[in-house]
Formats: sequence, C-alpha cells, structure tokens
Amino acid sequence: MERNIAQIALFAAMVAALGVVPPITLGFGVPISAQSMGAMLAGAVLGARAGAAAMGLFLLLVALGLPLLSGGRGGLGVFVSPTAGFALGFLPAAFVTGLVVEHIRLRSAGLRAALGAVIGGIAVLYVFGATGLSMVADKPLSEAFMLAAVFIPGDLLKAAVTGMLVQAVARIRPQTLGWYRVNAGSLRP
Amino acid sequence: MISLTSPVETRAHGWPAWLKLGGLCLASTGLLLTDSPALHLAAAGTTLALYAAPGAVFLRAGLRALRVALPFVAVLLAWHLLTGDAARGVIITLRMVTLIALANLVTMTTGLSEMVDLVRRLTAPLRRMGLPTHLLETAIPLVIRFTPVLIARAERLAEAWRARSVRRPGWRLMLPLMLGALDDADHVGEALRARGGPLGTTARD
Repeated sequence: MERNIAQIALFAAMVAALGVVPPITLGFGVPISAQSMGAMLAGAVLGARAGAAAMGLFLLLVALGLPLLSGGRGGLGVFVSPTAGFALGFLPAAFVTGLVVEHIRLRSAGLRAALGAVIGGIAVLYVFGATGLSMVADKPLSEAFMLAAVFIPGDLLKAAVTGMLVQAVARIRPQTLGWYRVNAGSLRP
Repeated sequence: MISLTSPVETRAHGWPAWLKLGGLCLASTGLLLTDSPALHLAAAGTTLALYAAPGAVFLRAGLRALRVALPFVAVLLAWHLLTGDAARGVIITLRMVTLIALANLVTMTTGLSEMVDLVRRLTAPLRRMGLPTHLLETAIPLVIRFTPVLIARAERLAEAWRARSVRRPGWRLMLPLMLGALDDADHVGEALRARGGPLGTTARD
C-alpha cells in the first residue's frame, strides 16, 4: 500500500521531469512534449487505477499552481486554455492504457504496452484534446481534430518507445508490472 | 523550482482562497454565457486593470505567463480571417485570453499552502464518505520533493551520455530514469511503512 502511493507520486514526479528534460525532440521545429509518453508509461507500468491516480495527482498539482506542464505552464489558466483537453485527457489516457494492458491477451509485454499506448495515449487523449480545443476555440470537432492531427506521428513514435521501455522493464523488473506477473503465471503449465 | 506565484506581494494575497476561486468560477461562467462584444471588452479591460493595479513588476510577470497562449491567438485570428468571420474571431480570442488571464490571476496571488488547505477542506466531505483523501497529504509533498530530484538525475544521465557519445541521448535515457524512479518508490514505500505510513494516520484519525 505504501509502495503504491510512492509509485503513484514518483510517476507524477517523472511526468513533471519529462516536461523539463524532454527525451524526444522531433526535427521540424516543434518540440514534442514527452509528457504524454509519461501518461502512457504510467498506465502501462502501474496499471489502470494507479496510473490514473498518478495522472490525477499530477493534474491536481498543476491546478494548485505548480509549473509542471511542459514549457513551465501551470496554474488554473491551463484548464481554460485551448490545450486544456489534452492536459485533462492524461488521466483517462493513462486509465485506458492500463485497461488495455491488463486485459489484452498477448505474450509480449512490449506489444501490449504499445497497443495500450496507441488506444489510451493517442485515441482517447485526442478525443479529449480535440473536444477541449473545439470548446475553447468554438470550432467544430472535425476542424479541431485536423488541427491536432499534426502531432499524431510524434505520438505514434512515443507509443513505440513506450512499448520498448515496458518490454525492458518486463525483463529487468518483472515484479513491478502487476498485470504481467499475473499473466505470466497463468501461461505456465 | 520556479514558482508561478507573483514576484510581489499584492493586497489580493491576503484574501481567502475560496473567495478568489469562487469569483473566478462566477466570472468564467458569465463570460462563457455571453456573446456581447461590449461585455467581453469590458471584462478584458477590467482584467488588464487588475493586472496593472499592483504595479509594473506584477504586470510584466502576468503578461509573461500569458505568452504561451500567443500561438493560439495567432492561429484563431488567422483562421477566422480566412473564413471571413473576423468579428466573431476577435470575440472568441478575447474571451479565451480573458479566461486564462483571470485564472492565472488567482494562481499568482494564492500561495501553494493556501491551495493545499483549500483542497483539504473541499475534500473533507469525500473523506467522511470513506474516500482515502488523506493520502493526498502524503502524495503531494512527495511529488514536490521528487520532481527536482528526477530532473537533476535526468540531467546527470544526459551529461554522462554526452561524455561517451557524440549522438544525442534521446529516449534511451528514459529507461534508467524510470528504473531509478521505481527504485526510489520502493525505498520511499519502505520508509513510509517504517514510520507508520499514510495508513497509520487513518488509524489515528
């Protein structure tokens, strides 16, 4: 129990650190925030409930006024800005990523995580993000989707990296992945 | 860590946080309900006056916090110019900037401890319903403490990489960073348990 709380807090802190030290920057001028990868990782490594809790904790601290979002953004203004949907979407994104990872039947932990990241960290995140964008900018949902779609290639890359990282965690620290251990046990004869 | 709170102490720092937050909710709802250009201009003007009242230092800090909205302002205005609906574009942009500016104003004039206090009071009914909201009081300081630790560690990892390679480190540093965070979580979990843990506080409550 204490370890769960510590993991939730540490993952929230890691997402914050990813906003300052981005491990991925794509070449065409727009620095791609790695924080949505943090949401994918939180869901894939901690599972649905704890991953969502980590993101909820992160968003709460942003709302309280800490500049934890990439680019040093934070405070209540974030939640009425055009990117509010993407920020709030971190929570359901991590949750759905965790759900997919926990329930899908695949041998490879990395494939499960990558698939979870595509469904949770991209599909779900963009539904929330585009909805927020269309509400704040007063645009139809389709136009908001088009505007946001620029970032999908970068996010696919992040989903792939998430898969590779979770594959490595499954090999190095399988005890961390609750869903993997349970499943590996059931696969044994 | 950089803080988003104001560099200068204003009179609004002394006002209760719930009052500022309540006012923000009312003002935001009002702005979202109206489409009148006059009202939006008045709201934007009032907000600017609020920013200017505590002096030039405060105004500059406030405008700096608003800079992140600039790309969206440009895109929105360009979009509406192209679709030939400039007047509506100006209102939407004005509303967006005013809403962000008002929300930032509350953040700038309210300290972190006051906000945490407010969260504790707002979640009190949930706690009575049996939700473990007291765990937040353990988790919030942990995040605040470990964010700079993890940032420093990520920078150290990047330095070590650069000493060995001419290529950019990129995502490869994510694995040691995450494994380090998971190790930290194990240690912190053990330390919490050794000290009675966040669950221990429930027993005493």
